[in-house]
Formats: sequence, structure tokens, C-alpha cells
Amino acid sequence: MHPGSRMPESSTTPGSTSEIPSDTPSTAPGTAAARTVLGEADIARALTRIAHEIVERNKGAADLVLLGIPTRGVQLAGRLAERLAQIEPAFSGEHGTLDVTMYRDDLRRQPTRAVGQTVLPGSLDGTIDDRVVVLVDDVLFSGRTIRAALDALNDLGRPRVVQLAALVDRGHRELPIRADYVGKNLPTSRSERVRVRLADVDGGADAVVISGAPAAAAAEHAAAEHVAADNADERSAR
Amino acid sequence: MKHLLTTQGLSKDDAILLLDTSAQMAATQSRENKKLPTLRGRTVVNLFYEDSTRTRISFETAAKRLSADVINFSAKGSSVSKGESLKDTALTLHAMGADAVVVRHWASGAAHQLAHAGWLDAAVLNAGDGMHQHPTQALLDAFTIRRHLVGRVGEDGRGTDTSVGADLAGLRVAIVGDVLHSRVARSNVYLLHTLGAEVTLVAPPTLVPVGVETWPCRVSYHLDETLEQWQPDAVMMLRVQRERMSGGSGAFFPSPMEYSRKFGFDARRLAVLPDHAIVMHPGPMNRGLEISAAAADHPRSVIVEQVANGVAVRMAALYLLLSGDIGSTSSSPSSSPSTSSSTDERTAL
Repeated sequence: MHPGSRMPESSTTPGSTSEIPSDTPSTAPGTAAARTVLGEADIARALTRIAHEIVERNKGAADLVLLGIPTRGVQLAGRLAERLAQIEPAFSGEHGTLDVTMYRDDLRRQPTRAVGQTVLPGSLDGTIDDRVVVLVDDVLFSGRTIRAALDALNDLGRPRVVQLAALVDRGHRELPIRADYVGKNLPTSRSERVRVRLADVDGGADAVVISGAPAAAAAEHAAAEHVAADNADERSAR
Repeated sequence: MKHLLTTQGLSKDDAILLLDTSAQMAATQSRENKKLPTLRGRTVVNLFYEDSTRTRISFETAAKRLSADVINFSAKGSSVSKGESLKDTALTLHAMGADAVVVRHWASGAAHQLAHAGWLDAAVLNAGDGMHQHPTQALLDAFTIRRHLVGRVGEDGRGTDTSVGADLAGLRVAIVGDVLHSRVARSNVYLLHTLGAEVTLVAPPTLVPVGVETWPCRVSYHLDETLEQWQPDAVMMLRVQRERMSGGSGAFFPSPMEYSRKFGFDARRLAVLPDHAIVMHPGPMNRGLEISAAAADHPRSVIVEQVANGVAVRMAALYLLLSGDIGSTSSSPSSSPSTSSSTDERTAL
């Protein structure tokens, strides 16, 4: 059993083998050249801008609820909440966690995932009815995580509006979902991996790293074979 | 984890994963909408060869809260009363496409047989087999103990459970009463030991099974002595199983009155315990025999909460057994070693 040891779904390829061209080789993380797309200062600026956009779009921060999607979405929601509290003193600075595991559409394609915790900000009294919910995730990719999040929200109550903030939008949507607030639009190939590194989760400096460009990948095909042994998501990418 | 048959040999990591998942499931059960879509389209069969109220209803509720379809099958009023064997019943369930079978049987080992005889490819959950094991009961007991004594949810059980990821190291649990006939006691001894708790069994010598010395626990014949000197953090009373006491072996104790005097739990014995201690009973209770009404209804009794936790624990077990990529070996086009090795690893659990 692999109890959800690999939560950042957003950085990996979704489990839809049929849509992947058969000639696209998979890549092994760490072996292909990785390049940093956003650094610590870029991420900080993007979050500050998103915070301002949220306030601007919603004409303030009244009824605003920030819910982060595990793992890194929660950290990002926390950072957004800090910034919102600075911009709008009326905002409480709280944020919550929305675990979407039990709403995923790929539960049977993946090793068993551990169920995470859903925590609403304490001031809400357990309901999100008539609130403005902003979902926060690190990488927006297939859109399937957000679909699951919308279903999970539906079971918690009836928000007035649901908006989506993502640090990186890497394209390749499989569902009609788009983000309201984007830190950086990042054109990618499906076979590339986009990883968000946050100091409070991964250690080191904040960064958005892209690895495994298609041209470089062919040589690493053999290596990918064995990396896939402990990586179910890689398996579905082949 | 493919099946949940016994707590003996369940790894500590798996046990804690089951408890942590139960905690998340329990959190969803305080919502207005208690239903989750997680097991939509899966079929869970409740196969009950023995009478049961709470376990069957608990499993049925758990499966329905996860949106699985539930088929209830009890031996009474089915073709079992016409003499159908367990094998033929299993083949029938296989033909109907059951994804999980929850089985309770009067024969010890029936669940193991069902899981490993090759009749079925469904996940098998043991809901009590003879005098052998009842793993989900032990898990719900451990979950209840962890919530109260590690997570400190408070007397009403409504506080925030802070015990996620924790084990039961250092806690003392006394299991009192009819150990001989109790699968609950067997499952609890192994699970609580795995989780780091100390267990003492308290029973009259006639109700202590042969071979108990190989179990990872202590045995005492004196309830008062154990309560006063050992100061357990939790006391688990067992039901006196009169239905298993008939037959040639005769009486196990001179009279119910004497049993109650020496091994019954009452307000006086409750007062001896430390202030944080909790009182448990797997149900159904024989009030006035192994537990007095005053003790059963005391604020420190968590007996009703055990039932509520049972639903969460069974949801967790069903989720963990049914959500993984069980179809990967047959449906995945890639026959890479990675696929088979990860599946083997899971089956071996």
C-alpha cells in the first residue's frame, strides 16, 4: 500500500493513457535538465498580485474564504491570507484546507491514497453557505483536481461564488475549467513535469521547476523504466 | 491491503493508516450531507451466517455513506437453510460481481477460507468468525481509545481530535470478562499490542483460553486487584456469551450473581480508576451481569460513541480495501515489472 505518499497530483501526468501520443517517451525526474521558471521573488510578487486581484474582483474581502488544496495549495492559501490581511484589515487572515481525495475520478487507477483533512476556518461555524470561496492550488493542469474540489465543496454547503487561484497554469485542460487568478501561464509539453517547491514544505528556496523536455527525454527512456517502479503516475504516462 | 481478516500480523503503519483514515471519515459524518461519492458503482455484500444487529447495520451504513451498493444476505431465509455450502454461496456472489464481501460466520477461519480459496476475487472483510477474530471491532475500540486518551476530545467526545498519526504507547487497557469465547478480546490484544498499549486480561480461570500465555498480554484472575494496583486507562468489559456456554462443557461460573460480584463493573469499581479512564463495551450489554446500569450510563462510559465510531472505522476499511488500482494487472496494457511488483506488495499486506 502506498498511503498517498505522493500528494502533488498537479505536478504529474493525469491518468488518461489514451490521449497521450504513443511516441511520447516518459521522462525521469531529476535525470532530465531541470530549469527554474519562477524564483522566490517571482512567486512572492505573483502572490501579492493575486491577493490584490482577489480584493479588486470581489470589491473587498467580505465573506471571503480561502481554501487550499493539499499539499502545496494549503501553504499558498496561507500566504495569500497573510497578504489579504495586510491589504484589507477587516479580513481575518484565516484559511482552510479542502481535501479532495474521496472525490477524485482516478481512485481506481492509482495506488490507495490516504485521505487528508478538510478544515474550514474556525470563524465559519462549519458552513460555507453564501460565502465567496477562493480555491487555491499550486499547478493547474488537467482540471480534474478542481472538478473533485467543486464536488467536495458541494457537499460542504452552497457558496455564493467559487473562484480559483493557481500559482501556475500549465495548460492541457481535460475539463472546461479555468482559473480566475493565475500567477504564471506556463506553456508546457505533456511529458514535462512542473513542480512547485515551497520552503515550508520542501525546504530550500521557493521555486517553480520544469523538467524533462521532450528532446532530452528519449535518452533517459531506460532510466524512466526503473523510476516508474515506484511511481504510478509515471506508469500511466507511458 | 487486499483483505481485512485479522489484527494479528497487521503492521503498525497499516493500523495507524486505518485509524487516521477513520478520523477523516468521522469528520465527514458530522456534516449535514454525510454521503461521499467515493465508492459509487461498487457492490458490497453483507454475508451474515450469525445473528448481528450493530455490526451488520454499521457495515451497511458505512458502505452506503460511501455510495456503494449494499446487498444483505443472512443465512436465515436463504438457500443456506437448504444446505448450500459456503463455496457455492461464494461462487454465486462472484457471479453477481461483488467487489467486497463482509462476512460473519460461526466457524473460526471462515473469512480466511473465503479470501484465500480462490472462489472470489472480492476483498473480504471479517466481521467476526467464531471465536477467532473481529478486526473492525478492535479497530473501533483502538480508535475510541486514541480519540479520548491521546486526542483528548473531552468527555462529550466533541472536541477536536488531535491524535492523527499517533499510536497508543504507554496506555493500559484491561479487558474483562468472557475472554474464552471472545473474538473481540483476541483482536484487541493483538491490535493494542501492535499500537504500543499494554493489555491485561481479567477473567475467572474457567473463561481464560488455553494457550493464552502465547498472547502479548498479561492475565489476572482478580478484577479489584487489577483496577487498584495497575490503574488501567481504559476498561473494556466483554459480554458473557451465554449462547456459546450451552453444550457438554456445562457452567463456567457457579452463578450469575457470583460472576457479577467478582467480575461485574459497577460505580464502585469505576471510582477506583484514574479520573481520565474510560469504560467500554462492544455490545450488546447484559446489564446487571457484566456491567451495571450506573457504570454503563456514566459520563465516562463511551459505549454509545463506540457504535458511532464503528461506522467511521468501517468506512475507512472499505475505502482502503476498495479504492486502490486493483484492476491494474488486468486492465493496464503495460506489463512492466513496476505494475506487478506494486500490486504484489499490496496483496501481500
